[in-house]
Amino acid sequence: MAAGTLEHTPTAAAEPSRRRTMTLNMGPQHPSTHGVLRVVLDLDGEVILKAVADIGFLHTGIEKQCETKTWQQVVPLTDRVDYLSNLANNLAYCLAVERLLQLEIPPRAQYLRVMLTELSRIASHLVWLGTHALDIGAMSMFMYCFREREDILKILEMFSGQRMMTSYLRIGGVALDAPRGWEKVVGKFLSEFPSRIDMYENLLTGNPIWTIRTKGVGYMSLEDLLDWGVTGPMIRAAGLKWDIRKDEPYSGYDKFDFEVPTRTESDVFARYQVRIEELRQSHKIAKQALDGMPPGPFQADAPKILLPEREKMKTEMEALICHFKIVTEGFSVPAGEAYACVEAPRGELGYYVVSDGTTKPYRVHMRTPSFANLQILAPMLENTLIADSIAALGSMDFVLGDTDR
Amino acid sequence: MDFLLLSLIKTGLVAFVFLTALAYLQWIERKVIAHVQVRVGPNRVGPHGLLQPLTDTIKLLTKEDLIPAHVNKFFYLLAPVIGVAMALISISVIPFGPKITVPFTSIETYLGLTDLNIGVLVPLACSGIGVYAVALAGWSSNNKYALLGGLRASAQMVSYELPLAVAIAAPLLMHNSLSMREIVESQNVVKWGFLYNWSIFSYFGIPFVAFIIFLICAFAETNRIPFDLPEAENELVAGFHTEYSSMKFAAFFMAEYANMTTICCLAVILFLGGWLPPTPGLDWVPGAVFFASGVLMLYHGTVNLARARDRISLPLFGVIFCGIGVLHWIPVLMPITTPLFWFLSKTLFLLFLYIWVRATLPRFRYDQLMHFAWGWMFPVSIGTLFATGLLVAVWK
Repeated sequence: MAAGTLEHTPTAAAEPSRRRTMTLNMGPQHPSTHGVLRVVLDLDGEVILKAVADIGFLHTGIEKQCETKTWQQVVPLTDRVDYLSNLANNLAYCLAVERLLQLEIPPRAQYLRVMLTELSRIASHLVWLGTHALDIGAMSMFMYCFREREDILKILEMFSGQRMMTSYLRIGGVALDAPRGWEKVVGKFLSEFPSRIDMYENLLTGNPIWTIRTKGVGYMSLEDLLDWGVTGPMIRAAGLKWDIRKDEPYSGYDKFDFEVPTRTESDVFARYQVRIEELRQSHKIAKQALDGMPPGPFQADAPKILLPEREKMKTEMEALICHFKIVTEGFSVPAGEAYACVEAPRGELGYYVVSDGTTKPYRVHMRTPSFANLQILAPMLENTLIADSIAALGSMDFVLGDTDR
Repeated sequence: MDFLLLSLIKTGLVAFVFLTALAYLQWIERKVIAHVQVRVGPNRVGPHGLLQPLTDTIKLLTKEDLIPAHVNKFFYLLAPVIGVAMALISISVIPFGPKITVPFTSIETYLGLTDLNIGVLVPLACSGIGVYAVALAGWSSNNKYALLGGLRASAQMVSYELPLAVAIAAPLLMHNSLSMREIVESQNVVKWGFLYNWSIFSYFGIPFVAFIIFLICAFAETNRIPFDLPEAENELVAGFHTEYSSMKFAAFFMAEYANMTTICCLAVILFLGGWLPPTPGLDWVPGAVFFASGVLMLYHGTVNLARARDRISLPLFGVIFCGIGVLHWIPVLMPITTPLFWFLSKTLFLLFLYIWVRATLPRFRYDQLMHFAWGWMFPVSIGTLFATGLLVAVWK
């Protein structure tokens, strides 16, 4: 098992005096490791001398499974990678494959993608905020955040029929057009949400206990973060204005007006502030998408890739043939390779797909932000207290499904 | 009447009411926190989940009494016993009301089990010994999380006992007694014609500072948020009672709630005038409060029914509350019910504060907590003590 490969040597040997340390095995079942993460801690009292992260408990082999599915069938698998922001995963995969197919995505589909991805970013950040606050002891925040998240899940269910594993995106567009009455539901949520963010801030931002628990905790310098390949809110909290939505716009993000929040302190509090501000910005983007939703088709004009309309399939020979081919063997993608990345709630999420010209991917690789971000766990936790390690872990906002895939 | 028989009856009564109250305190806590968190709380067992404490007790009693193989058996079993015993003993010195005559008899007795001339020291001593329960539980469990929890708890409780005791010293100076009954009696003075001389109302509010210090230390002493580090679930799983299950766990649980209740009673007696109302002439209030809430429940249970499932429970409780209200207005019972009402409502308010804080605040870090105790609470409490002493010396 993994324990054998950990090379876990007590740090006592490195000390000049014969200091006795305690090895504490935190996880994989522990309330604050947010899933099945195992951290082996060397403790001197409550001070962590050394931390070793042991991942892999949630390994599902999704990357390998992708090679056995047709191109479209991979989309539901990508849902399960980062189950808190599944739409970002769908989007990154679809963008990569669409790059190979050179598909033109109609504006309505792009706006739907952006709106729902931003809503799921809000949902993901809400889960982070709730659990992070719960870790530090503010238990009511958890319930408030999940109340709002519930509204978003209901919206996702309205669009796709599923609350979490939506698989709403299709290669070439989205699965279904927006349902009747969606403007009202989304509009109602978006009009209420800013006051809810203010409420979270009321409870936490000015709270002296919250600030002394988070300020100066879990500091990492920008150079270190860059060296480790950390992305997302963590690097923005260290002062680097790096957001793929702005720097390499995809799916029409260049048409939206939003800010990239940054802080320079690079501690738990700065990450908290960045994510809270991102909630506001995501709300802003979703609002723009709602107001400016263009009419038109929700799927690209690609009869050999996307299923034809039901009526056409029954009346037109061509459509019936396409339908039969897509359903039985899928569509083939020109040989080549493509990399597409999106700004997921946790950082840069990239999908690298290789096609050998058949109806199944030759290789799908995911560059997941949780995995890259989790690398800094060991240097971050060294010489901190156990209580700080919990705050620092929470501020990294990793998802173990995203880490292990 | 025979002293022994009377004491036995009183002890039985207090023990029954206290233990039931502890069980229902937990129900109240769950309900209050649920409503703070926009949830419903327990509502499956009985109307509004009112039988939940009963089922919880049955569950804990009938669970397998597990003793892990790696524990130090003697201390492992001793710890919860010390914890719960020390938590429950303190209630015996708490006076709930003045001297009364039992209705329809000529028996005169005090409301409260006993009155020691060193009464105030008993809860302090008990909580001092109670630290052993936590330390022993953490050590004997032979579990790393439990050990860390036990260490944190002992350090924290020992540190906060100091400002707590100093904060208590302020009202002792003012009332010149260690007997809780005498402390309350000496607050039984009406000043400026409308205000009972509760400790916090006297000496320019200096005792109010002591009261705040006492409350904060009480939170730490009972290991509640924001000072619940010893059992910080998100860091130490369950802290010192990680390895305990069934009744042994229930004993720790009960000890926590008993400590909470006792320390709130202590705060009420030392600072908030015990069973005294805020101003004279409020004897009609207790009955009115119950009667009004009863009428409100009847209204919402019959005329203005919001939820169908309340059609039986709300009118029933409405009638019961109206009945309790009427009881408070019966002249024979008034000398008993009125002081009890004021005492219990003040205690319940403080307990509500505990629960409210738990639903709101995050928790401290271990070193911050110690720094808070030694760097802030201790100097401030010493300062308060000096100020009170000076004022008492000048005034009296």
